Amino acid sequence: MQPVATTFFFYLLSGLAVLGGILVITRKNPVHSALALILTLLSLAGLYLMLYAPFVAGVQIILYAGGIMVLFLFVIMLVNLERSAKEEQFNKQWIAGTAAALALGVLFILVYTGGKALFPEHLAQLPEQSNTQEVAILLYGNYMFAFEIASLLLLVAIIGAVVMAKKRI
Amino acid sequence: MAPITTLHYLVVAAALFVLGVVGVLTRRNVVVVLMSIELILNAVNLNLVAFSRIWGLQGQIFSIFVITDAAAEAAVGLGILIAFFRNKETVNVDEVDLLKW
Repeated sequence: MQPVATTFFFYLLSGLAVLGGILVITRKNPVHSALALILTLLSLAGLYLMLYAPFVAGVQIILYAGGIMVLFLFVIMLVNLERSAKEEQFNKQWIAGTAAALALGVLFILVYTGGKALFPEHLAQLPEQSNTQEVAILLYGNYMFAFEIASLLLLVAIIGAVVMAKKRI
Repeated sequence: MAPITTLHYLVVAAALFVLGVVGVLTRRNVVVVLMSIELILNAVNLNLVAFSRIWGLQGQIFSIFVITDAAAEAAVGLGILIAFFRNKETVNVDEVDLLKW
């Protein structure tokens, strides 16, 4: 099925994503930052749907907007300080930091516009009905080893998080 | 209007990446710094999925691995934050100066 009104939805979703990103780094209250980050994550899930990646979009919503953000909100509640909201939110070298990041962005745009001839004009034939199936075949076939390593990484991360957060080991 | 090409997606991802870098470099609250890292990882994911649109499914596989990494990173980072908060009663990055000479 051909996506409808691609241009309109692309600009809507990417505008929402960038707006959410700006809110994340400017809000004083970390809870507001977390909610703005959820806005960004959901609009990125919409962009993934437009790029024929429904499985990644689902994982994005369930794992990011559902799992990781709940973790963030829990920790914000645990360490929430009345005092920290009144403090200065930006550090002393914020002008230099912003300038360096903007220079990086300009470099990105220059590289992308200079190298856009390298991108092939025709798009790949991606499976529409069986995206999850194709992803699973690749994940359990060619990328089996990386998949197992990822499970090991998650195990180590769980143990590490418990050890870090525990009062007395 | 002009059709949406891969370049459009790359520009959006670059904007998100720069916003994340600004957040990491300028904010003092550790929680917001970790959220900015999530922004950076999401920009990378958008790049990977946009490239998978022109070169095949492998980009989506790698974006799933990046999401796994992001989950592990968030869990460990927030654990460190809790341990740090218990010791120093603060969440500001520039007050983490024990190793600073």
